[in-house]
Amino acid sequence: MSGEEGNDNKETSSPQKTTAKKQQLCCICNQKRPALKRPKTLEQICKECFYDVFEEEIHRVIVENRLFKAGERIAIGASGGKDSTVLAYVLSELNRRHNYGLDLFLLSIDEGITGYRDDSLETVKRNEIQYGLPLKVVSYKDLYGWTMDEIVKMIGLKNNCTFCGVFRRQALDRGATLLKVDKLVTGHNADDIAETVLLNILRGDIARLGRCTAITTGEDGPIPRCKPFKYTILGVRIAGIYSPNAYRGFAREFIKDLERMRPRAILDIIRSGENFRIAVSTKMPEQGICERCGYISSQDDLRSTCCLNHFSNSMKREWKWCKACVLLDGLNRGLPKLGIGRSRGVNRQKEVEQTNGTKSIESKQCGTLDF
Amino acid sequence: MKLTLEFGGGLELLCESVKTHNVDVDQTGEKKLTMKDLLSWVRTNLIKERPEMFMKGDSVRPGVLVLVNDCDWELSGQLDTTLEDKDVVVFISTLHGG
Repeated sequence: MSGEEGNDNKETSSPQKTTAKKQQLCCICNQKRPALKRPKTLEQICKECFYDVFEEEIHRVIVENRLFKAGERIAIGASGGKDSTVLAYVLSELNRRHNYGLDLFLLSIDEGITGYRDDSLETVKRNEIQYGLPLKVVSYKDLYGWTMDEIVKMIGLKNNCTFCGVFRRQALDRGATLLKVDKLVTGHNADDIAETVLLNILRGDIARLGRCTAITTGEDGPIPRCKPFKYTILGVRIAGIYSPNAYRGFAREFIKDLERMRPRAILDIIRSGENFRIAVSTKMPEQGICERCGYISSQDDLRSTCCLNHFSNSMKREWKWCKACVLLDGLNRGLPKLGIGRSRGVNRQKEVEQTNGTKSIESKQCGTLDF
Repeated sequence: MKLTLEFGGGLELLCESVKTHNVDVDQTGEKKLTMKDLLSWVRTNLIKERPEMFMKGDSVRPGVLVLVNDCDWELSGQLDTTLEDKDVVVFISTLHGG
């Protein structure tokens, strides 16, 4: 049933009759009992109408933002969680319904944490069958020679999130390269993006603030990423059981509170993020290529290149490695703390500032912000 | 009163990994059974470990989705939702990422 039909129904049936009934009816089809309240509009709608509205909304986002071109190979970052499962379903459905002409794949990362991915990999395998999308599982062991279990055994429970996070970021890209895809899509939703906007403001990270609201990123890189759920409000906010990053946990809590008061606040934060203009005179970090693995370093990795410079200075060597390579090198040499020590970083940073003061963007992240 | 309770999204781990429970809940007095009553019944009778993962105060923990007969309990009055014989109540945790 389309939205238009729903409107027709609304006109033909008298609204008084509906309200007179004990149970309200779906705002769209006016026939079925509502099953949920849309956070975005606070409309009470039935299950069927929700699917319709949701799918067409994503379709509109895809078309309006020209996310895909016919014939492209697209990898769907699939974690087995609800967001990526819904993404896999919606994309395969819309691809059929609206003839996008896309070649869709599922791409999963196995970090090698005993028990951790068992359920989610099962889910992804089910998605593969249900939606008829080929699945590629890439493991940390394949990519880096280490499973997370092995890494934890080596460095302990502290700081292992750094490894997991850095490795995961590249893992999707590397997996996507392996699949020879044109684009990578992820299930990031409005809540995630609003959270990132806040975090980047709090951290004064203008380079990221400029990009984090973009629906497609990395278009100049080998594999662009996009987020079709950018405007999709989750409804029920996730409260992480463990939060490796206290800062993010804080932003999350805050957003959850805002959302409880007014769900659309999420979209307003994204809008604010989009409308930030950064002064042209502001120095931005440059992108580079890792001299060890050839990976095009994103801002993430460039930071670590700075990090690396700290100790390469003291070791009188010029390396430009990406963060993953630094961490990996530490692991392989039995010095796993290389590249993560923050407390050490402070001293090193001073050294760097003395030697090449202007080069370190890390220490001066705040630029001028124009509204 | 006979009810079907379903636990998902990890909540089943709190009740011995059983997802579906067909239960018989005693009504106290004339008053209709509400979700508030049911939650405290579930907490005492079904939840075997870490009740704080399921409840906060006298309601469910934020992030737990509650459906009464396939309908979000926000539409039926949350804790005040009254239950009938053979109702199906579903609890889904969304508490670990996606």
